[in-house]
Amino acid sequence: MLNIIVLVKQVPDIEKVRFDMETGRIDRSSAPAEINPFDLNALEAALQIKEKLGGFITALSMGPMQAVNSLRDAMARGADDAILLEDRRFAGADTLATSHTLAAAIRKIGSYDIILCGEKTVDGDTGQVGAEVAELLEIPHIYYVSRIVNVSEKSITVVSETEDASYVLESDFPVLVSVTRDVNKPRLPTLKSKMKAMKSQVKIWHAEDLSGFLEPDKTGYAGSPTSVQKVVVQGEKTRQGRVYRQVEEGLAELIRLFESKGLI
Amino acid sequence: MGDGGSFRKILVVAELKGDAIHPVTLELLGKGREIVEHIGGEVCSVVFGCNVNKTKASELIEYGADKVFLFNDPVFSGLNTMVYAHNLVKLCKEEKPDIVLLGATCFGRSLGPRVAAALKTGLTADCIDLRMDEKGELIQIRPAFVGNILAHIKTRTKPVMSTVRYKVMRARDRDKGRSGLIVEKNAEAPPYGSIRLVGGAIPKKLNIADAEIIVSGGRGLGSPEGFRLLEELASLLGGVVGSSRPPVDDGWIRKEHQVGYSGSIVKPRLYFACGISGSPQHLFGMKDAETIVAINSDPSAPIFRVADYGIVGDLYQVIPLLIKEIKARRGIKC
Ligand SMILES: Cc1cc2nc3c(=O)[nH]c(=O)nc-3n(C[C@H](O)[C@H](O)[C@H](O)COP(=O)(O)OP(=O)(O)OC[C@H]3O[C@@H](n4cnc5c(N)ncnc54)[C@H](O)[C@@H]3O)c2cc1C
Ligand SMILES: Nc1ncnc2c1ncn2[C@@H]1O[C@H](COP(=O)(O)O)[C@@H](O)[C@H]1O
Repeated sequence: MLNIIVLVKQVPDIEKVRFDMETGRIDRSSAPAEINPFDLNALEAALQIKEKLGGFITALSMGPMQAVNSLRDAMARGADDAILLEDRRFAGADTLATSHTLAAAIRKIGSYDIILCGEKTVDGDTGQVGAEVAELLEIPHIYYVSRIVNVSEKSITVVSETEDASYVLESDFPVLVSVTRDVNKPRLPTLKSKMKAMKSQVKIWHAEDLSGFLEPDKTGYAGSPTSVQKVVVQGEKTRQGRVYRQVEEGLAELIRLFESKGLI
Repeated sequence: MGDGGSFRKILVVAELKGDAIHPVTLELLGKGREIVEHIGGEVCSVVFGCNVNKTKASELIEYGADKVFLFNDPVFSGLNTMVYAHNLVKLCKEEKPDIVLLGATCFGRSLGPRVAAALKTGLTADCIDLRMDEKGELIQIRPAFVGNILAHIKTRTKPVMSTVRYKVMRARDRDKGRSGLIVEKNAEAPPYGSIRLVGGAIPKKLNIADAEIIVSGGRGLGSPEGFRLLEELASLLGGVVGSSRPPVDDGWIRKEHQVGYSGSIVKPRLYFACGISGSPQHLFGMKDAETIVAINSDPSAPIFRVADYGIVGDLYQVIPLLIKEIKARRGIKC
């Protein structure tokens, strides 16, 4: 039986989230929160491994109290246990501080064979947390995994992507694997599992629950070496913006464009 | 920090692409030179490989490095990020660079965070610009929220680390007369984490990030056959075919062709968006193209707002006419 930890983050639905172009701020109340889409692939990968070899899946998240809903969702989809790391002192974390906090909780959980995470979060968008957690736990990591080829009691074989080639890589446990959205198609929670998950308990761990595992100056804003100085709305490149409703006119223009670019 | 004007050491982590140096490395060397010319300091580079020689190191010097650390060892044959990380961390501890730059490629984005965590320092992902402010501190600029905004980020620990997007900075011209120091280093195996490569690399047929001309299709193609039409136009123009996400999800075309947030970021000379509405996730991947052409039957499609040239019409009418016209001009019979 394998112990699998899945890192999930609650994010605003980026297809719906409204954005104030004037202030450059994201209005988080404008969109429902959901599990980061890439993390659903990580969870699905965990479920498939469990179906094959048996296992225990823990969904782990750091975030505000509302993130309990995402963890319930993870349990409805099949996670056996869920832990939310919630504390005022965790707030304002960059990737390093987030990773310290997640790694501390994983050390407290104690035994794990595979840690799965998503390629990136749609709000943080760095894709750094996975490898940072792995480094802090002193375990190897494999990124950009598009396929899980095989899993045994002691090792995992995956396909990892780079820009110009794919590679089949194998690692013994413990290992952290970061998946892309090609790895699988996440299943939806069923009505029955949703009902069950409503009753299931999400564990909440605060800073004191991690004492002995987390140095207080390594978490939250205080533990974050990077900070956003300012946010600016991206100035759009000035474009020609010539839109033709008469196809012939448009074609003539394109031909001129091709000529100017030396294409014809 | 705030030690503006002090001697700066910038370390550019080189990436090899087969036997060649990845162009993003040369771009980073160019940026490094720009910074040191502004505030003083030196540009170092490090290259790892199982078959790299001094010629490669010299090439890095010719593109702007003052000093190159060369690790040539069979331990780098396996594609094990832990090996690179272990040796890069050790080098950073010895050399104490102020700034470490990596390409925001699969290689850099897998290696960078591991090294940053080991050095307990900050890392800013996917930067599109780096500037020194009046205090002599590095401002790292990166897109956030699917490219809607740009965040300006500072790091208060050393080294300041960033991964930088390909094709946003300019490499210098190669200067064969430039001289610099090559320091050969011994590699070590990491204490943990053996990742084994099973079999060889499975090369991809297409690296769309390098393409100069891309003809992309979206859900508006209506069927996989639409890509044959785009293929014909692309090959006439010497380009390749791209796609938005829905055709990839529906299995009409392979993932390598996908442009956008969960696909590739491209910066071609010419980008065609055919039957693509222009969602923020698609624009994220292509909005820095030199010229954008959109063909869409819906005049209110957001893609027209970023296009240089737009034609409102059915792509199945417009593209065949365009193909015919190009052939006619080249004297090719249809
Ligand atoms: C986490 C996440 C990541 C994502 N990553 C990506 C990504 O990497 N890349 C990406 O593209 N999307 C991505 N998406 C999806 C994105 O949100 C959009 O759903 C997608 O880009 C829409 O693709 P489309 O423009 O082809 O389709 P649609 O939005 O359906 O647009 C089709 C267009 O075709 C036009 N049309 C129809 N018929 C014709 C015709 N005969 N002639 C001309 N025009 C015609 C229509 O007017 C319409 O504008 C992502 C979404 C999420 C949540
Ligand atoms: N606050 C968090 N809680 C749990 N997992 C996280 C958190 N932030 C990031 N992750 C995981 O790390 C991956 C990469 O995130 P990021 O580096 O923010 O792009 C995500 O897909 C998640 O699996």
